Amino acid sequence: MTMKQVTSGIVSMTLFCCISILGGISVANADAIADGKKVAFDRKKGNCLACHAIAGGSLPGNIGPPLIAMKARFPEKAKLREQIWDSTAANPNTIMPPFGKHRILTEKEVDLVTEFIYTL
Amino acid sequence: MNKLITTLGIALLVALPFNGMASPQQDLSEFRDYYEKRFPGTPFDDFINGVYSIDPVTREQWEEIEEFPPYELGLSKGEELFNKPFANGKTYASCFENDGIGIRQNYPYFDTDRGEVITLELAINECREANGEKKLKWKKGPIAFISAYMAYTSRGNIIDIKIPDDPRAVAAYERGKKHFYQKRGQLNMACADCHKFYAGSMVRADLLSPALGHLSHFPVYRSKWGGMGTTHRRYGGCNKQVRAKDYPAQSEEYRALEYFHTYMSNGLAVNGPGARK
Ligand code: HEC
Ligand code: HEC
Repeated sequence: MTMKQVTSGIVSMTLFCCISILGGISVANADAIADGKKVAFDRKKGNCLACHAIAGGSLPGNIGPPLIAMKARFPEKAKLREQIWDSTAANPNTIMPPFGKHRILTEKEVDLVTEFIYTL
Repeated sequence: MNKLITTLGIALLVALPFNGMASPQQDLSEFRDYYEKRFPGTPFDDFINGVYSIDPVTREQWEEIEEFPPYELGLSKGEELFNKPFANGKTYASCFENDGIGIRQNYPYFDTDRGEVITLELAINECREANGEKKLKWKKGPIAFISAYMAYTSRGNIIDIKIPDDPRAVAAYERGKKHFYQKRGQLNMACADCHKFYAGSMVRADLLSPALGHLSHFPVYRSKWGGMGTTHRRYGGCNKQVRAKDYPAQSEEYRALEYFHTYMSNGLAVNGPGARK
């Protein structure tokens, strides 16, 4: 490990702790959020940016609504997971793919994406 | 019991035209109205320009490209191939009405003798076989060049696809219509989702083109392909994109889709070949 890596490691750990304490997010959960973001942005996985504007993502499509204020839209996290797992339950004609039901994402990946989207 | 069945049968017959089975003419006017309402700034005749009919920004760049079109080379190869005699001395002209000039607007058509949809590419290859030549590959290369030349000689002619009064023709049309509207593939999307209901929206950085006018300008030169491709090449690409089954080029399924899809552009002018991203 170079000195630079060590320093940046320390810096990000420090930042991390502060965010964790402030936001009340556990370390494990912060990992899940970061992994969920990767899955959501990956063109071969969630590819959510094809249709939704999402903070932190560039060149989004506009087929679906921007994903913001998710906690207000989905007071229950389970309902958000349901929307991602099977979008056709809420709207049978939806263009949004049923990510869990059609095994585009694994159950674990749907969990991770839900964690990330819930922070928006 | 027999009477009940008869009564039910009559009831169904009476009900059918009103439920689901709209006539092709009704479908066509619904289809046009839909796009005219969705894109009030686009005159009907302009839908032949695909995505550029609804996007003034990229249209300018495209019009510049059209001044030295990337399909020109394919087009001149197509003309050469079209006029080059087969080993038996005959040419493509011998297989087509009006010697194959200015006829693109009538393809695909339903052949009531054979009971199937005949696309232009199918007719090109059948012409070759009838003259003792080998079939060309369906999706790109020479067949696309010849088809491009034939489209070029038809520029300005009005697309005029007919559904003859034959249940098999109507069945082919309905099959194509179903393909267009039915959700498919792992991603569960229909052609209509992207090219009708969300036409004009952005999927990531791509603007979705209206299906009205889609088939006026095929085959197309696509920069992504680095060459020309036929309609069925594009169908394959869009189906793979939603991780759906790709049917073989010139399969009954894609010919039926092309039949419906082209019928929906009746009344628009042929302007093929086109140039696209
Ligand atoms: C092909 C387009 C498309 C893709 C890809 C897509 N969505 Fe959607 N999404 C939509 C549309 C359209 C809606 C609006 C509701 C409807 O039409 O069913 C929607 C609605 C939603 C909603 C509900 C929003 C609200 O406020 O009610 C959430 C949450 C959501 N999508 C999350 C996601 C996530 C997470 C992904 C990626 C894993 C994703 N979407 C991928 C098109 C898409
Ligand atoms: C996920 C969205 C999506 C679906 C579903 C889809 N397409 Fe496309 N299609 C595109 C995009 C993006 C393009 C390139 C931009 C444009 O011209 O619309 C395109 C282009 C085309 C073109 C070329 C248009 C031109 O002017 O050159 C045709 C034809 C076409 N699609 C037909 C179909 C058919 C038929 C189906 C169903 C079998 C289908 N598409 C399904 C996204 C889609």
